[in-house]
Amino acid sequence: MKSLEELRAIKAQMQMKIGIRNDDSATAHVVVGMATCGIAAGARAVATAFTNEIANAGLNTVAVTLSGCAGMCALEPIVEVTIGDAEKVVYVKMDAEKAARVVKEHIVGGNVVTEYTIAAAK
Amino acid sequence: MYRSHVLVCGGTGCTSSGSQQVINTLEAEIKKNGLEEEIKVIRTGCFGLCAVGPIMIVYPEGSFYSRVSADDIPEIVTEHLLKGRPVKRLLYEETVDGDNIKSLNHTNFYFKQNRVALRNCGVINPENIDEYIAYNGYEALGKCLTEYTPDEVIQIVLDSGLRGRGGAGFPTGLKWKFASGNRGQVQKYVCCNADEGDPGAFMDRSVLEGDPHSVLEAMAIAGYAIGANQGYIYVRAEYPIAVARLEIAIKQAREYGLLGKNIFGTDFSFDIELRLGAGAFVCGEETALMTSIEGKRGEPRPRPPFPAVKGLFGQPTILNNVETYANIPQIILKGAAWFAGMGTEKSKGTKVFALGGKIHNVGLVEVPMGTTLREVVEEIGGGVPNGKKFKAAQTGGPSGGCIPAHLIDTPLDYESMAAIGSIVGSGGLIVMDEDNCMVDIAKFFLEFTMDESCGKCTPCRIGTKRLYELLDKITKGQGTMEDLDKMEELCNYIKANSLCGLGQTAPNPVLSTLRYFRDEYIAHVQDKTCPAGVCKDLLSYEIIADKCKGCTACARNCPVSAISGKVKEAHVIDKTKCIKCGACVEKCKFGAIIKK
Repeated sequence: MKSLEELRAIKAQMQMKIGIRNDDSATAHVVVGMATCGIAAGARAVATAFTNEIANAGLNTVAVTLSGCAGMCALEPIVEVTIGDAEKVVYVKMDAEKAARVVKEHIVGGNVVTEYTIAAAK
Repeated sequence: MYRSHVLVCGGTGCTSSGSQQVINTLEAEIKKNGLEEEIKVIRTGCFGLCAVGPIMIVYPEGSFYSRVSADDIPEIVTEHLLKGRPVKRLLYEETVDGDNIKSLNHTNFYFKQNRVALRNCGVINPENIDEYIAYNGYEALGKCLTEYTPDEVIQIVLDSGLRGRGGAGFPTGLKWKFASGNRGQVQKYVCCNADEGDPGAFMDRSVLEGDPHSVLEAMAIAGYAIGANQGYIYVRAEYPIAVARLEIAIKQAREYGLLGKNIFGTDFSFDIELRLGAGAFVCGEETALMTSIEGKRGEPRPRPPFPAVKGLFGQPTILNNVETYANIPQIILKGAAWFAGMGTEKSKGTKVFALGGKIHNVGLVEVPMGTTLREVVEEIGGGVPNGKKFKAAQTGGPSGGCIPAHLIDTPLDYESMAAIGSIVGSGGLIVMDEDNCMVDIAKFFLEFTMDESCGKCTPCRIGTKRLYELLDKITKGQGTMEDLDKMEELCNYIKANSLCGLGQTAPNPVLSTLRYFRDEYIAHVQDKTCPAGVCKDLLSYEIIADKCKGCTACARNCPVSAISGKVKEAHVIDKTKCIKCGACVEKCKFGAIIKK
């Protein structure tokens, strides 16, 4: 290592990977339903897609966690997105492609993708 | 990109409780469920709550699993890692509040803590330098080399108010300043005291095992400050995990050019070597330590000259404790004022205490200086178990004194402790309850220091032995009131005349217990009894005839066949044969055997 800049480059790269170890510092939460119904409907791929898209977008304060069955099994995979203090948005019938759009437009851009929400599904 | 990190504690405490098996099973189960690309398993250093280890934390949720065994892992993997449902019954109970799961920072154990020296322990993988760097590792060194002059670095440390955490509490900045003259004109050394000899202390061990790079970085900063290019870490061989982690850390730092020639492209070069201690408590004393590094028998030297003038190999040397070093990078990055903003007026910053003995939450805690003993014992420690009463806390190990119950509101800082006859010491804090005999405790510590005396100076070599003999006499019921006065006189003599800190502080446990528990000494001497029921020679075990059912359980388990009696008839203990092992009391289901 010949300079402080090189050190900082390693740090920046690592912080992306290590950011999730902070207990209370998440600015946004993405909760993917991962009960049996969710898994059967393909929620694993959705969770992975969210994780990767968030990483690619360079966001290290967004936590992706799993939850159980919310009851609306017919609408799985279900993902709840909460940004800061805003009310949570429930996305239904998600897949990897839709996940990418939600990350880009909602989490990064701040605009809810209404057509994927539960309100639109009803 | 992993969606979840699972941190498992790999400190010595949790390792001996089986955390390595937990990790192996975890990795196998994760693979079995096809989760290897999503879940990362990391082995970290000590997170502090040793009482409930092995410990496992799942991020990003922050779920804190305690007492984890390999058998729990399949369920945790399928329920929590796969389906997102934390297994409530395996979580640390204080974090479970009905349906809610509290954050760890809100549990009694962690709420009042402020982990500065321990900031990375339990958070990073100590065997991966990149993780240390992710948490601002080596930034402080870089900042010093590129933005501060050596004198400015010393000033920052002075302004922070950091005092030696090994026990003496000497201002660190001042020590560096004394060694800073004639930079570049004379060979100098930076040493780290990682000998941690106090029984029951494991603060330094946890830093070495959990965050070794913080020590390496701090030593390099110290080298820059005083003008030294070589460092030695004197680490006790009884810490094999710490030794292994230090070796890995040094190797990785060298690979990155963070140790060696021309660090960060400047003309500052610094390297570190390890030297292993071989089990002598006295080698934790600074001059004995240096003598040991020189290859000689570890014996202290008279001072002056002080190490800053003439130390290792006769050259200017600074020696600091592991915990002192662990604070340095943060002080550089966050500033002296930040550090000085914590603690009390004369004792700045935080202190790590190894909480042990009769307390619920045995483990490692770091609190701002000035936190009271009551807060540590009752709130953080969770109080004394089994409904027993707090009697005293021994601080500073064999060099320290005890704090009795009526002084439980004493703040833990250098001045307040000195005022009541104790010391902060290295940080060992052993809690005692009504079943501990204070005379026996004093004897225990004296036995240790007497054994460890190097023998060079007469007051310590002979004095500690005579002192131990007096204590032994008293615990055997053969002491006199005159002996108490003789002991006190001997203590003051040893303190005043010993060559080094070992002898100078060895009498402290005796003086302290005499001061606060004199009545216990008098009971041993005049009444020939041990009120706490500990000193074997003053106890007798007796069977209460009308409670005894004659079941023969005691007689059958007595290792010296001291109990006689026929079936269904009251048994009797032959006191001349009884060795007071207590086996009979344990076996008796009718509470018919008492100890008095």
